[in-house]
Amino acid sequence: MRAVEAIMECLRAEDVEVIFGLPGGANLPTYDAIYDSGIRHILVRHEAGGGHAAEGYAKATGKVGVALATSGPGATNLVTPIADAMMDSVPTVFITGQVRTDLLGTDGFQEADITGITMPIVKHSVMIRDARDIPSAIHEAFHVARTGRPGPVLVDVPQDLSRADIDYEPVGDIDLPGYQPTTSGNAKQIRLAAKALANAQRPVLYVGGGTVSAEASAELRELAFSDKFPVTCTLMGLGAFPAPHEQWLGMLGMHGTRAANWAMDEADLIVAIGARFDDRITGKLDEFAPAAKFIHIDIDPAEISKNVAAHIPIVGDAKDILPRLTREYQSLNPNRQRLDDWWVKIRKWQQEYPLRYEDSTDSEIKPQFMVQELMRVTEGNAIVSSDVGQHQMWTAQYYDFPEPRRWINSGGAGTMGFGLPAAMGAQVGCPEELVVCLAGDGSLQMNIQELATCSDNDIPVKIFLMNNGYLGMVRQWQELFWDRRYSAVDTGEHPDWVKLADAYGAKGMRVTDKSELGDAFKEAIETEGPVLVDVHVTREENTFPMIPAGQAARDMVG
Amino acid sequence: MGEPGTKEVFRLEDLEATGGRLMGRKHVLSILVENEPGVLARISGLFARRGYNINTLAVGPTDDNKISRITMTIDGAEHPIDQVTKQLHKLVHVLKIRDLEPGESVRRELALFKVEADAHVRQEIAQLTEIFKGRVVDVARRSITVEITGDDEKIEGFEQLVRPFGLIEMVRTGEIAVQRGRSET
Repeated sequence: MRAVEAIMECLRAEDVEVIFGLPGGANLPTYDAIYDSGIRHILVRHEAGGGHAAEGYAKATGKVGVALATSGPGATNLVTPIADAMMDSVPTVFITGQVRTDLLGTDGFQEADITGITMPIVKHSVMIRDARDIPSAIHEAFHVARTGRPGPVLVDVPQDLSRADIDYEPVGDIDLPGYQPTTSGNAKQIRLAAKALANAQRPVLYVGGGTVSAEASAELRELAFSDKFPVTCTLMGLGAFPAPHEQWLGMLGMHGTRAANWAMDEADLIVAIGARFDDRITGKLDEFAPAAKFIHIDIDPAEISKNVAAHIPIVGDAKDILPRLTREYQSLNPNRQRLDDWWVKIRKWQQEYPLRYEDSTDSEIKPQFMVQELMRVTEGNAIVSSDVGQHQMWTAQYYDFPEPRRWINSGGAGTMGFGLPAAMGAQVGCPEELVVCLAGDGSLQMNIQELATCSDNDIPVKIFLMNNGYLGMVRQWQELFWDRRYSAVDTGEHPDWVKLADAYGAKGMRVTDKSELGDAFKEAIETEGPVLVDVHVTREENTFPMIPAGQAARDMVG
Repeated sequence: MGEPGTKEVFRLEDLEATGGRLMGRKHVLSILVENEPGVLARISGLFARRGYNINTLAVGPTDDNKISRITMTIDGAEHPIDQVTKQLHKLVHVLKIRDLEPGESVRRELALFKVEADAHVRQEIAQLTEIFKGRVVDVARRSITVEITGDDEKIEGFEQLVRPFGLIEMVRTGEIAVQRGRSET
């Protein structure tokens, strides 16, 4: 059979139910095979939209997201989604077309060295050099993408090889001797960690996106509830622990709560679970959690002691490690009263410094209020995607996620334009769920073309646009740290979002009065098909609290 | 620490951090990789991206034609070597990494020295070469080229001795190394 048909066989064997992509010259054979493959293909309007849709699909479902692009500019348009998937460890497979092998290296039409370009931002990549390798390459790509620490894998297929005739046999075992992720945690280390926990007076569980990737949310809760451990999550970890909850401190980091950041600052033992001590968490590294010892649980050994030296490293799958740690901990019969003083302190911070903002007394819509209204109307039951900036932080602060995989955002890379295509992918993966994109007006423009994809494919995402007419987070930094010299942050009056929604075949709505917001949200949610609600919010509102870049938790402002 | 499950007093203060530290010596990493296109680019790209400096690099085939060996030396005073090796291990085509201890490995490098030498110093350089168990590989009217094999200390020692004569060129292969004794590198 033709190699491209073998690719379809492989995709079916990998249970791929949907592909996001856009055809071109070099992947014409692939699209010919898709024509009667029985696999759903969603034609995106820009390859970056397809890449982010694959990420949104993967983040919402836990399955591998797949995106296709042609050679040259098609492939380079995938660079941002690939980088994004690498930073947030999103299981994704990108299959790009490449020029014919006889044109390789000749600067042929639409030739780009996409494996070379993406080398630093992929978990793995392969350029096919022999058509007979295609089936094993595809299966290896899925295997590498979804196992260990998940991530993006690129398979680049030259056009002539994709139409070559090969003997296809279903691929059995994966043979990658250099890729053997450790999944089972070391028993001795787990016992040591349990003892450290039992002896800690001021412990904190610091939970990252790895806990979500590991599907270890239930196991995390079990550990947290085995005593009264305080829990905080990173931006990527939100939902792994239910919010609100009496043991929940809120998000930590640059725009986290004081309770979470100060608990880290005073902790004597921090248990990092699938988290990587990013600079948005640690602030000034020298002054991060000065009193703490660290247990670091991660499936990627390279994360251990990368930024913060671990005292008890445990390499492996959190889903394997956490239940064993819980059992070991319980067998020690620790004194439960020892955490009482710690909680007195934490409760005091929580009461003195809750998340707060000054609400308007007139019709003005405060952005934080907008998120709270969304929370109220959806009863916290929506899958929420966001773009990057102030609106993202407010959503993370004010929307309580009861379960993992309900919060879809670009954390590590901070990719503006992520929200809409990611929501589209999440909605395709979870057709029964309400999927909401809480967008910023700076970001939404960057991939607005996918609204057409939503309309044409009956993908009913609801976009709630937090419109302040600014690149708000940049404006905030200019206000606070650059003497209010607002340089290139005013996004002006355009577009007319309601007309734009209409042009794309979606319902457009506009809300400028606080009293109408809740009803507008309800109407949007009850409307069939995609809806864009343009919500005019306070123009110059700042995201607080905040640890200024490069400072320590104690230096929180706002 | 006592036996697992015992309830002896355990002090958090006694815990010591592992990894992430600078080990202030030269490290020789012997890396087995699958013989796939782009492997070296992945490794050198990783070093460039993470800001690690490679001092020397030597690549060659092994007894298995599907596998190549990369030997590189890195300054452990500049980079945490455990982080370097862990990042390298993440590359799918990297099969095995060995951080060779100086006392437990044999290290060799080949260097060619082209030295200014007219007739009356030629003999002196030839004698130095003999002391270093090297060989004269080319002689011209006003220069002499010498081959020296050894570890980096020996080669650098020779370099210092011939520099005063006028060193026209020095070419070094970078070190290769093998584990002492029966065990495989």
